[in-house]
Amino acid sequence: MALSADESSRLGELLTSRAEQVTQQWTEIIAGQLRGRLSQAELVRQVQELHRAMVDALGKGTVDLNGEEATELRAVLAEFSRGQARQGFSATETATGVFALKEALLAVLEVDQSIETLRDYVAFSTLIDQMGLFTFESFVRTRESLIADQAEQLLELSTPVVKLWEGVVAVPLVGTLDSARAQVVMERLLQTLVDTGSPYAIIDITGVPAVDTQVAQHILKTVVAARLMGADCIISGIRPQIAQTIVALGIEFGDIATKASLADALRHVLRLTGVETARRQPRREA
Amino acid sequence: MERVPILKIGDILLVSIQVDMSDQTAVALQEDLAERIVETGCHGVIIDITALDIVDSFVGRMLSTIASISRVLDAETVVVGMRPAVAITLVELGLSLNGIRTALNVERGMELIAIERADEPYDERDDGPIPEPTASP
Repeated sequence: MALSADESSRLGELLTSRAEQVTQQWTEIIAGQLRGRLSQAELVRQVQELHRAMVDALGKGTVDLNGEEATELRAVLAEFSRGQARQGFSATETATGVFALKEALLAVLEVDQSIETLRDYVAFSTLIDQMGLFTFESFVRTRESLIADQAEQLLELSTPVVKLWEGVVAVPLVGTLDSARAQVVMERLLQTLVDTGSPYAIIDITGVPAVDTQVAQHILKTVVAARLMGADCIISGIRPQIAQTIVALGIEFGDIATKASLADALRHVLRLTGVETARRQPRREA
Repeated sequence: MERVPILKIGDILLVSIQVDMSDQTAVALQEDLAERIVETGCHGVIIDITALDIVDSFVGRMLSTIASISRVLDAETVVVGMRPAVAITLVELGLSLNGIRTALNVERGMELIAIERADEPYDERDDGPIPEPTASP
């Protein structure tokens, strides 16, 4: 149910003539749930902006929020809910921010207690409900995009490939290894092998909380792919519990070298490449 | 029909595959390579597949065949320059290119062959003994 053109213009008039009172009431209601996350000045600015956008939209004869005339109002609402979502307000608090207008309006209308007023109020409520729902939707959309961004960043962050030695690179895996991450790790490792021309790679699984058959499968695939390209992989950082799980599950690593720690793996590779390490003799004072 | 060039670098034959392999090209390459190995007496073959975007079972089988032929003629085959995407695809397909040695690039491939030859029980390369410095009268 949409507003009639008549009701729309009456609401516009009301909002304009009682602007001071309505925005003040509106601000007060929202201020009650702020808990210091937004300054008073900022809040007043937001409310005034919403108020101005509403007056503008109603002035253009808006009868429905989805209409052409309400584009500006929708943009302001979307901006409002985006801000709320980023500042950590809950969905309820965001929607209340818009619904507070109802209470503010009621306070203004109560002075004149005729049946007409009630009818107007119900009609106004419809528009405000639409606005509330719209706010809610943009809120959810903002949150979803935030989560998607974070997941992507996490994927990027959590798979570094580091150079340990001339011709030796290492991938310290941290966190659960699912298919998507395993794919990223595999691609990045293989690309690094090509870029640096390193014939040895160490996959360190110290930070992987659990190794099941699927994780083992992913690691094995990476090792086989690296072999196909002419590089050798060593798996390191196998904790005692993980070793027990691997044996209990019957996972076979075949002829792939496995070491308990990254240091052992590096020593193994250095021995293979013929690099000698020796402790320097402390110089004696004559 | 396109032919794949075979280059001789020292004791090694270098084959760089830059065209899509067809049946004919593959057979021609196998024949040419076998001939060149016998002709030059090289002990190493490096097949560079850096330019290949797709390695399917056909190319895989061709590489295996070339490796087998070379082995019969006493030459070591190393496949070099496989791209990450190609390696991932091969693993997903379950093709493991058995019996083929691989290296990251041509340089590593040459090192690998050098190490391989050094391990042989006796050296048949006719370098000849280092001449003794003759004492001047």
